[in-house]
Amino acid sequence: MIPLEYYLVLSAAMFSVGLYGVLARRHAVLILLSIELMLNAVNINLIAFASYLHPAEFFGLIFVVFVITVAAAEIGLAIAIVLRLYRNRASVNVDDFTLMKW
Amino acid sequence: MNPLLLFFYAIGALSLVGAIGVVASRNVVYSALFLLMALLGVAGLYILLFAEFLALVQVLIYGGAVAIIVLFGLMLTRFRDTPVVLDNPQRPLAAIASIAAFFVLGVVVTATKWAPKVKELQPVKFGDFGNKLFSQWVVPFEIASLVLLVALIGAIIIARSEDRE
Repeated sequence: MIPLEYYLVLSAAMFSVGLYGVLARRHAVLILLSIELMLNAVNINLIAFASYLHPAEFFGLIFVVFVITVAAAEIGLAIAIVLRLYRNRASVNVDDFTLMKW
Repeated sequence: MNPLLLFFYAIGALSLVGAIGVVASRNVVYSALFLLMALLGVAGLYILLFAEFLALVQVLIYGGAVAIIVLFGLMLTRFRDTPVVLDNPQRPLAAIASIAAFFVLGVVVTATKWAPKVKELQPVKFGDFGNKLFSQWVVPFEIASLVLLVALIGAIIIARSEDRE
């Protein structure tokens, strides 16, 4: 059996890569892709913990169903917002939207 | 070597290469395709963890819906006109932050003594999964369907074109 720590370290690595993507990218859609990476890393963690530590009540697996659902809904809405933003401002560079900056 | 461990290394490498490709690629469409590769790698990891239903759901939703909608979003925002430099000027700080996060998470995870309850992973019986989802977790289930409805209506209203009669 694969030790639990392997899954957790892999999930931590994927989360950090997603974190770098959110912070370092300028294209709005690429930031959304990095958020999806972070959500998937969390999902791996949830399933690993549910399978290894609490196999009788598989709460982690059910939670993952809801995380996937909410992530899909969120990315649909976020792409709609990006499209509207592009239509109004002709740019998807997040550095260009400084209207609410102090 | 344990064949399961070999599979784990292969699928894990696939996911990580996909993840690094998302954040490091010069071309936005390549990033979207790398994300697809990473998410399918994660589906492989779910199969290794004996959660086959979730692997199916992952492939269907992420590979079938999220990847398509992301590619549509890229197409409709004229990705050909995006400048070549896709990264922020705060890239070094972001690298420091992500390496620090990985370090902290890795240390915490490997230092804790986990006590696995099983010797061998058992797949969850699909009937039990459905039972629990519809009996104990039915309220979050219904709320999730409401969330999807609201997201659907909201996306249509937000992205609708402006010329009205």
